[in-house]
Amino acid sequence: MIALGKLHEFGHGVFGAFWPSVFIVVSTLIKIACIVAPLMLSVAYLTLLERKTIGGMQARLGPNRVGPFGLAQPLADGLKLLFKEIVIPSGADKAVFLAAPIFSIAPALAAWAVIPFDEGIVLADVNAALLYLMAVTSIGVYGVILAGWSSNSRYAFLGGMRSAAQLISYEIAMGLALIVVLMVSNSLSLGEIVKSQARGVFAQAGFSVFSWNWLSLFPVFVVYMVSIVAETNRAPFDMAEGESEIIGFHLEYSGLAFALFYMAEYASMILCATLAAILFLGGWLSPFSCFPNGFHWLFAKVFVILVFFFWIRATFPRYRYDQVMRLGWKVFIPVVLVWMAVVAAWMMSPLSVWK
Amino acid sequence: MEFKAFVFYFLAVTLIYAAARVVTLRNPIHAALHLVLAFFGASGIWMLLGAEFPAIALVLIYVGSVMVLFLFVVMMLDIGADRWREEFRKNVPSVLCVASLMLIEMGCALWLSFSGNTEAALPPTGAGYSNVKMIGRLLFTQYAYPFELASVILLAGIVAAVALTLRSRRATKSADPSEQISVKASERIRLVGEIPEQRNENTAWKGN
Repeated sequence: MIALGKLHEFGHGVFGAFWPSVFIVVSTLIKIACIVAPLMLSVAYLTLLERKTIGGMQARLGPNRVGPFGLAQPLADGLKLLFKEIVIPSGADKAVFLAAPIFSIAPALAAWAVIPFDEGIVLADVNAALLYLMAVTSIGVYGVILAGWSSNSRYAFLGGMRSAAQLISYEIAMGLALIVVLMVSNSLSLGEIVKSQARGVFAQAGFSVFSWNWLSLFPVFVVYMVSIVAETNRAPFDMAEGESEIIGFHLEYSGLAFALFYMAEYASMILCATLAAILFLGGWLSPFSCFPNGFHWLFAKVFVILVFFFWIRATFPRYRYDQVMRLGWKVFIPVVLVWMAVVAAWMMSPLSVWK
Repeated sequence: MEFKAFVFYFLAVTLIYAAARVVTLRNPIHAALHLVLAFFGASGIWMLLGAEFPAIALVLIYVGSVMVLFLFVVMMLDIGADRWREEFRKNVPSVLCVASLMLIEMGCALWLSFSGNTEAALPPTGAGYSNVKMIGRLLFTQYAYPFELASVILLAGIVAAVALTLRSRRATKSADPSEQISVKASERIRLVGEIPEQRNENTAWKGN
């Protein structure tokens, strides 16, 4: 506190009347760096974790050459991509071609502004946080569609169109799932949503884990978990990449521009896992009241969901494109719509568990 | 200058620049992208006014879905920029007339209802004030009928669009995934003729 007072005194001396503005800008930038730097490090090591996990599931070792246990592998990968040339195809729309990866990664980072890590530990505690998240994550589709178009390649264009259609379709199911969550928690603020999960019959009995939204909204939880896999373009819904077909929106990208798309994918994986933990698995709440709440619970839940991502990648066969679209439109959207009506009726009935 | 004022001027300049580029750029994709930028500028100004719901809704609806569909259509149509240009020149006088008329109307409406209103004159909002909650409450009480009417019109629009474009094309050989997943094992393979002899146990691969 004293140090902060001294800082304000010093700031007034240097900047005069501008000090409050300067203080807000600089302190916010420092907070942003405190979120983004660990996030980027997690993105790098998530790739290693993925390769190790899938390796283990397929009875292989995974990366183990660079550094002890392969721990320096992500750094080596990053360095390699850094020194590769970024080839811009002839006839490509250069400005759009270079802007597309930024469109991809910016939403995955901007969304973290409203994510609470613990009670009150959040960069911007806006009360329309859930709406903000839906708006920001819907921008990610521009990266896909612009990358496909600006590459001046038919394969990339077809791939871009295909995965943009997939992203838009699953966004609807996701958005409807979020609406059900905000209905039962009666708030758009993520902090409030977590706190509302600490109430209920089970929570009073000490088993907070059964009061979280995953149980009361189980069909919505399932839809959400599958939708985030499709939304982040992960196997078995990896239409964007299409390793076995040659079309994919980032076909013409190389070097760091290509790496940006991958960083965006992993950053949005972490984001979606964190959101699932906050919305359905009680965020920073501890599962049993004999343990204290804390941010370590959030991290543990995020870790489990991320391993779930790897697990289904290693074990499920790929979906065909028309099956992906059918699942989104003909299964998930009706399921969530029906469950929304059920939950609305349930909330108004005397049997409501959310009072 | 206050920080808020700085942000306002930055957003306003971006908005005007982007809006001007939308009509002056040759490439329709670039024009559409500048329209996206213009939406962001407008959303930022709304946010600055403390109206977080319209600000976020603008990004969510217009940037997140409407402009994506715009881009889809523009990319697929491959509009020739030159033809576009010609029509632009031809229509400038009429467009200017309509635009100035709209500008005057909007100016009058804004001037008559909001002149003299400053930020200080706004009713104070408490700490728990939520823009979203207020708009939601109004939509479902005072404006319930207009809101329902608007949604019925939108629904009619959706149904009409589907009815106009949906044609059953019998010539296509696309597989129906709903039928495919309900297939039974007995339907999958039909053996014709003799069943070949069982392979020798010793030569069959048994793993390790």
